[in-house]
Amino acid sequence: MEFYDIIFYLFALITIGSAFVVVTSRNIVYAAFSLLFTFFGVAGIYVLLGADFLAIVQIMVYVGGILILLLFGVMLTNKITSVEIRTGTVHLLPAAIGIGILFGAIISVMLWTNWNISPEPIPPSTTANIGRELITNYVLIFELLGMLLLIALIGAASIARRDKE
Amino acid sequence: MFQVGLTQFLIVSTILFSLGIYGIVTRKNAVMVLMGIELILNAANINFVAFSTFGNYGISGQIIALFVVILAAAEAAIALAIVLNIYKTFTNVNVDEIDSLKE
Repeated sequence: MEFYDIIFYLFALITIGSAFVVVTSRNIVYAAFSLLFTFFGVAGIYVLLGADFLAIVQIMVYVGGILILLLFGVMLTNKITSVEIRTGTVHLLPAAIGIGILFGAIISVMLWTNWNISPEPIPPSTTANIGRELITNYVLIFELLGMLLLIALIGAASIARRDKE
Repeated sequence: MFQVGLTQFLIVSTILFSLGIYGIVTRKNAVMVLMGIELILNAANINFVAFSTFGNYGISGQIIALFVVILAAAEAAIALAIVLNIYKTFTNVNVDEIDSLKE
């Protein structure tokens, strides 16, 4: 076991453990804060894969944006009397069985497939390459996503706006 | 066996994906369903980046993962606006009780 492996298993443990808390905790606020650790764990896995820019984006967008948005959603859609905001659950046992079968199927496909592995040396920084690709090969998708974000902004504002009494 | 390679990353993303699906099908609260969707998107992203790194496909996988993050942000904003509207109409956000498009 090298140092890299130990760090990987640490981040994998953080990610999976907190994701497990997210989907099993009955308290929504606890689930939201566990999601924070899941996102940080995934960011650590990105770093181990050599995707430094993506890890920073993960922390800024997910932790700084989406998680705050989800917490706002929790707070605005419950009558807050305490931190105890609970959620009901449905179909626990059939869901567990079905997910178990799905998990087994995906894992067996992944383990039995002969992946074409030819690792390249991890570059010191990916930011310059990502920027260059974004304005050359992927410029159309880049612009379309800019349009999409504008549309999503206007749409979200107009959907959530209170009607005039 | 414990040497970290492509397989270990794929296993982590599969577990994350399964937990996300489990969260989506068992939670009643709409915001919890959204959290499950975020878990699934993160699992897909780990796969993109892992295959991009181990398969020698250049940096394209990371760029697609970047696009997925952007789509996740837009999706979370729109979905929460819809959830807020549902709460204003029905005064709860339990997905198993909301079965009509208008009051």
